[in-house]
Amino acid sequence: MARPHPGHPTSPEKSAPPAPREGMASLVSDWSSERRVFDVPWGKAMMWIFILSDVFIFSCLLVGYMVLRMATVEPWPDANEVFALHVGGQSIPLLLIAIMTLILITSSGTMALAVKYGYAKERGRATLLLLLTALLGATFVGMQAFEWTMLIGEGVRPWVNPWGAAQFGAVFFLITGFHGTHVTIGVIFLVIMAVKVGRGSLEGSRAGFLTGRKGSYGMIESLGLYWHFVDLVWVFIFAVFYLW
Amino acid sequence: MAEHGQRSVPHAQADEFDDVELVHPKSFLGKYVWSQDAKVIAIQYGVTAIAIGVVAVVLSILMRLQLGFPNTFTLIDPSSYLQYVTMHGMIMVVYVLTALFLGGFGNYLIPLMCGARDMAFPYLNMLSFWFYLAAVIILMASFFVPGGATGAGWTLYPPQAISPGTPGVDGGIVLMFVSLCVFIAGFTMGGLNYVVTVLQARTRGMTLMRLPLTVWGIFMATVLALLAFPALLVASLMMLCDLLLGTSYFLPEMLNLGEPSSHAGGTPLLYQHLFWFFGHPEVYIVALPAFGIVSDILATHARKNIFGYRMMVWAIILIGVLSFAVWAHHMFISGMNPYFGFLFATTTLIIAVPTAIKVYNWVLTLWRGNIRLTVPMLFAIGFIFTFVNGGLSGLFLGNVTVDVPLAGTYFVVGHFHMVMAVAPVLVLFGAIYHWYPKITGRLLDDTLGKIHFWVTFLGAYAIFYPMHFMGFAGVPRRYYGFGLTTYIPDSIQTLNAFMSVAAIIVALAQLVFFYNLVRSYFRGREAGPNPWHATTLEWQTEHTPPRHGNFGAELPVVYRWAYDYGVPGIKDDFIPQNLPPDQVEKSEPLAQMSRGRLSL
Repeated sequence: MARPHPGHPTSPEKSAPPAPREGMASLVSDWSSERRVFDVPWGKAMMWIFILSDVFIFSCLLVGYMVLRMATVEPWPDANEVFALHVGGQSIPLLLIAIMTLILITSSGTMALAVKYGYAKERGRATLLLLLTALLGATFVGMQAFEWTMLIGEGVRPWVNPWGAAQFGAVFFLITGFHGTHVTIGVIFLVIMAVKVGRGSLEGSRAGFLTGRKGSYGMIESLGLYWHFVDLVWVFIFAVFYLW
Repeated sequence: MAEHGQRSVPHAQADEFDDVELVHPKSFLGKYVWSQDAKVIAIQYGVTAIAIGVVAVVLSILMRLQLGFPNTFTLIDPSSYLQYVTMHGMIMVVYVLTALFLGGFGNYLIPLMCGARDMAFPYLNMLSFWFYLAAVIILMASFFVPGGATGAGWTLYPPQAISPGTPGVDGGIVLMFVSLCVFIAGFTMGGLNYVVTVLQARTRGMTLMRLPLTVWGIFMATVLALLAFPALLVASLMMLCDLLLGTSYFLPEMLNLGEPSSHAGGTPLLYQHLFWFFGHPEVYIVALPAFGIVSDILATHARKNIFGYRMMVWAIILIGVLSFAVWAHHMFISGMNPYFGFLFATTTLIIAVPTAIKVYNWVLTLWRGNIRLTVPMLFAIGFIFTFVNGGLSGLFLGNVTVDVPLAGTYFVVGHFHMVMAVAPVLVLFGAIYHWYPKITGRLLDDTLGKIHFWVTFLGAYAIFYPMHFMGFAGVPRRYYGFGLTTYIPDSIQTLNAFMSVAAIIVALAQLVFFYNLVRSYFRGREAGPNPWHATTLEWQTEHTPPRHGNFGAELPVVYRWAYDYGVPGIKDDFIPQNLPPDQVEKSEPLAQMSRGRLSL
């Protein structure tokens, strides 16, 4: 496609060719279009960019963890033993974490359904699914609190632990704590959103906190993006912290 | 123009644009304090940043007093000198330059230049400022806690920053990191606004490739900031844990006054990597808005289109991408793997290419332009000089073999003050002179402006140019006094006294600037809507200063790029971006011949 020099004046209606919708061509037409690059509401665009920024926070945390683990001269505690749960006299490695992971990933499923029913304007189901998601999230945080209590009982502190490098406790509490904070914030917003959907606040045209505009249920999707991101981050934490 | 506004738009949710719900406050507090109007927030950001900047200037004068006239001022002891160094650096880089360019000019110019009514999320935008103000207050509070502010150097390297004996280790350093975390949270709110507004809220006809370079620079800088600040946040959190919880992220086993510390196994290099992964993009967070603004000032006042607009945009993008791959050139002498040094020296030299393209394009914009030496133009041209100077000394420091002997000396101080202190500050001044008429409706005084420019510009050279020679002579930076270092010749002391006097004169010259700001606000000449005859949208508003909502009943429609200056064969020598092609008035031959300088 021969492009005119940017100095060449054109009327707006002439400058927008019919948008091709495939491959590189669609990428180019999105970024060269007037007014907006992505055909999404502002809130959703903001959430994506926020997630990108948050990705960098978690990347720094995880890379920092890897560097510390390689730099320390003390042996690193064995995750299979540290995170084992004793059930019926038997030590089962990673049992608690497996359940936690399952719960969090399930909550992504209920979240996706909540988005679907939100757009379908089935308020009752959407509310129920949002509450279920919040419940699963709260369960995850509760189990994390249980895990922390257990480890603290065994003598793990940010500055020391019984099995080896002191950095183990430091990065464990920092990274899972940071992720747990994200989940907790998500749960709070899920509950607020559930109440708003249940009351029908998203139907009206009055703009307010978390309601968006003109009866749009897009806000649920933006919240969902955040929730899926928090779940995805957990998968990475699970992989490099519990499996390595 | 109404028929254009009503055409259907090939996007599904295009109707979102026409009803941005602005909160029109009635009370004074709502309009000027708890304001959600990006323009008011911009002024709030600007005033706060300039106020804290004055503090940083005072700190630098205190440092110069000690260096120029050692042991004359008993008020300054070695600890407080280190505190001045630290706070001056951190305040200037983060709380003044970042906040003023992005929070100040970003807030003011992005919505106006994009043709938007306001930022995409006005409430979040307001919160952003209040977080920034809180961060500033926390930082200032550190001067008043027991032990005073931190004296760890602006890079806050561990283990020294949090080890006993460093000034401010009892409280100052905690407040520093808390303040940084609050700043980052606040900036993220603002930054999301700027990015979404540029990407999603432009007016009809405004494609990305028609945006003024100012918006491009601020946009790319914001993207960098959103991706770079996370590293500083993580580093701050870990450092706070090390200090308050007794963890050992960054602290290896050490002896403190003969006693083994309680820490073990941490790696100080991790902090340096995290810090500079933020710190180097931070250089471009400051530089890219300056690049953008200077391009617009040069084109406007040289009455000529910017040379190689597309190349300028791609250079901004390329610099932004590369800026994430050069951070370790700050760490050549840190003890990291030497192969790393080789890699990062290479990427550092590569980033000089798009930067040089920009410099060539600025100079080529001036080439055969109809140059008007207005005050903003003087500052813009001054920027090219200082930037080229600092850029060239950057080529020295980018090479490992040259950097190793020079890294600990005044050469580095001279280099980065030229390239990222004086250069962006000159642009800030230029930008204030350029947009003040739009912000207040009145022009700044020309004579006072020229006095301000010449003293500042020449004074900056008098202060920072000798530092390069001091660096070659091996004078170490950050030192309170030079004591028995016999290899430093006595003449260095004479030079230091000269630089200190120059610094005081430059600082006093800023009073002229402040006087000019205040006096012109009340007594300045009426500017009219478009005193510089500029093309971009902010000069085409219905009211000057623009009201809440920026434009009149209809948003402007854009038909062309931002650089139609000196177009032959038309009545005026410029065409505003929103003038339809069929309304451009052709000139008569005689009128064209007698077209002279603009009368201001």
